[in-house]
Amino acid sequence: MSLKQAPAPPVDDQLIGRGRRDGNRLFKEWYADLNAAAEGGDPTAYVFVMGSAAEVLKAFDLNLVFPEINSLQAAVRKVSLDYLNKAEDYGYSTDVCGYVKADVGVHLDDRQHPNGRIPKPSIVVATNMCNTYVKWVEIWERMYGCKVFVLDIPGQRGIGWGTEPDSEQFENDRRYVQGQLEELIEACEQVTGRPFKVERLQENLAHVNRMATDWSSVLKLNQNIPAPFNAMGDGLTYMGVLSAFRGTETGARYMAELREEMEHKVRLGLGTISEERFRLHGVGPACYAYFRRFLELFQDWGAVYVNSEYLAYAGGGLDLGIQYNLDRPLESLAEQLLITGRRSMSNMFFSQDQLADAVRDWKSDGVVYHSVKSCRTVSTGMADSREYLTRIKGVPSLFVESDLVDPRLWSEAQFKNRIDAFFEALGARKAAAALVAARG
Amino acid sequence: MLVGGVDVGSTQTKAVVMDDQRRVLGRSLIDTGGIITAAAENAFQQACTEVGIARSEVAYVVGTGYGRYNVTFGDTQVTEISCHARGGQYLFPNTRTVLDIGGQDTKAIKIGAEGQVLDFCMNDKCAAGTGRFLGAAAMALDIPLGELGPLALVARNPVRITTTCTVFAETEIINWLARGKKVEDVLMGVHQAIATRSISLLRRVGVEDEVTFTGGVTRNIAMVQILEELLETHLNVSEEAHYMGAIGASLFALEKAMAGAAGAVEALSVGAQLDATRALGGDCAICPELPDRKARDGKRALNKPQLIQVGGQREVARR
Repeated sequence: MSLKQAPAPPVDDQLIGRGRRDGNRLFKEWYADLNAAAEGGDPTAYVFVMGSAAEVLKAFDLNLVFPEINSLQAAVRKVSLDYLNKAEDYGYSTDVCGYVKADVGVHLDDRQHPNGRIPKPSIVVATNMCNTYVKWVEIWERMYGCKVFVLDIPGQRGIGWGTEPDSEQFENDRRYVQGQLEELIEACEQVTGRPFKVERLQENLAHVNRMATDWSSVLKLNQNIPAPFNAMGDGLTYMGVLSAFRGTETGARYMAELREEMEHKVRLGLGTISEERFRLHGVGPACYAYFRRFLELFQDWGAVYVNSEYLAYAGGGLDLGIQYNLDRPLESLAEQLLITGRRSMSNMFFSQDQLADAVRDWKSDGVVYHSVKSCRTVSTGMADSREYLTRIKGVPSLFVESDLVDPRLWSEAQFKNRIDAFFEALGARKAAAALVAARG
Repeated sequence: MLVGGVDVGSTQTKAVVMDDQRRVLGRSLIDTGGIITAAAENAFQQACTEVGIARSEVAYVVGTGYGRYNVTFGDTQVTEISCHARGGQYLFPNTRTVLDIGGQDTKAIKIGAEGQVLDFCMNDKCAAGTGRFLGAAAMALDIPLGELGPLALVARNPVRITTTCTVFAETEIINWLARGKKVEDVLMGVHQAIATRSISLLRRVGVEDEVTFTGGVTRNIAMVQILEELLETHLNVSEEAHYMGAIGASLFALEKAMAGAAGAVEALSVGAQLDATRALGGDCAICPELPDRKARDGKRALNKPQLIQVGGQREVARR
């Protein structure tokens, strides 16, 4: 199949690519702020991308550190192995989550990250949305003696097991989570010495409402052909902003502008590569230790990730377009923690039907499962989900394995072989479908 | 018209020369060794010599196997997964499942009626359950590879090899021998361990009759027998099974060559899929996405999608 020359793109269109440019700039500034906080000893909260409770923490002007983002950034900057080695020399097993070990390495390196110095934690907030979180926070507790707060969110790990809104049990769950949030607020007051102001929380919730509306629209805009962004590539930048700037005016403005950019690209018919031959749905994160190569192996076949489960569960559930009720802020925050929490963990274990629907809606040609060697939580259930999707639903799928951040678990020859075979089969499938269509 | 397929595997390199009636005219098999490009060259040259032709008489060559990009004289590359599926379906048209046990890889492939790959599964990051496992056993027991199968078949009380590592299996073998177990019983244990792992891969894509067994391990009579017993089905095993990847590559080469030959409509009798090519008036329907040699030799493959800078970013217009 020969490639016709693509028309000259509008090179002076500053709207195009703005999301990535601004995202990169925001992250530089964010790390610079963290560096300054480290130097000044400012109060800092360590949180996770799933269930960060950023809305509460930012009401106290706490700096937020996302160790998952730090580990990812270390891998993208090709230094994750140094940190992993440090952690393993310290005694951590090779089987332990790569994100955890890369983070431990940063701390053993006096919190010196390639993007700047990371401040010490004043308080740590985790949820049970990932079972590793609960043990991860204990490391910092031992290292720094900081206050650790674990939110217990019921109804995880099973679609249909959680209680439904408006039911009596949901109300019980809501009160249970709200009680914990009230305790978290007290803890934040103690750590920062600042009083809680409900107006600040409402302000943050309002920003999240705007972010969620625009983010869910951005995701849906990728249903267009060609897709205006690559969910595994560009999507990572967007999702980073979604987490780090959650509940801020900056974050809300960014998402509005991102939506504007994507709408603009759709109007112009702009995609991310010269010829969108295959549309993919990703399950699991990319390999950040070889991020560019990971993407190239698919792009070289004209494949674009039009959607990714990662953008849902690691995006804090904002893909659902959640809307807080500002008149009852704490109650509403508790409700949404329950709902978005299910979106995270339960999404990984019982995602097959959601996946099948998404494949249909985003017009994907196939699903790529990327199993993470050092994260059984993400990878558990992938084989079953794949079997269901391929055998029952007839959706072509590919299963590959490496790691988030550990370059030792990347084997390009094996990876490429599987990817090439997948596209050979997908190409034949598409050609056969075209033949049937041509024959009427 | 003559075409060729060169399958550069981790252990051995196989080459086949085929005519436009899909007859295998010549073949060769050599150890891959450390210089992969030389292995591909030598294997292909030997196959041509066997046919009695000059290399230049071969119109189209497809490289396959892990070293497919080292077939520097090849026109294009196809993965061995597609090639084993294609070859298996060609030799046994009712094939729906292919099991290929090679030197370092075991592949379970589910295929459609036209030989197209529907699903596949391979061993990952571990060579247990591959031909290399048998090689380790042969070394540990100091028995030629070709004698492993017949010897295993006389076993009466096979041991259970439980280690998951090819390297450690050697230790386990020695341990069993030290405990007084007979060589044939230990060997049968090794064969059963490989068969069990292979069947585990097969189950993941679904075992559907007919099952065609390909790759170098097909020459091991015990392995064929054990697999048939455990799967409770007959296995198609061709004398050409060791060359199946190269045969599949040759079939792709023929299809590509025919599809590219102007005015060759009447000659397009090479498989039902070529009808698709004619109907579409375009590239080969089997492998329309494959980059060709001219493209590959360019700085960037012409038919590779490109990321273009726009406003400081990589964005491009839909064509």
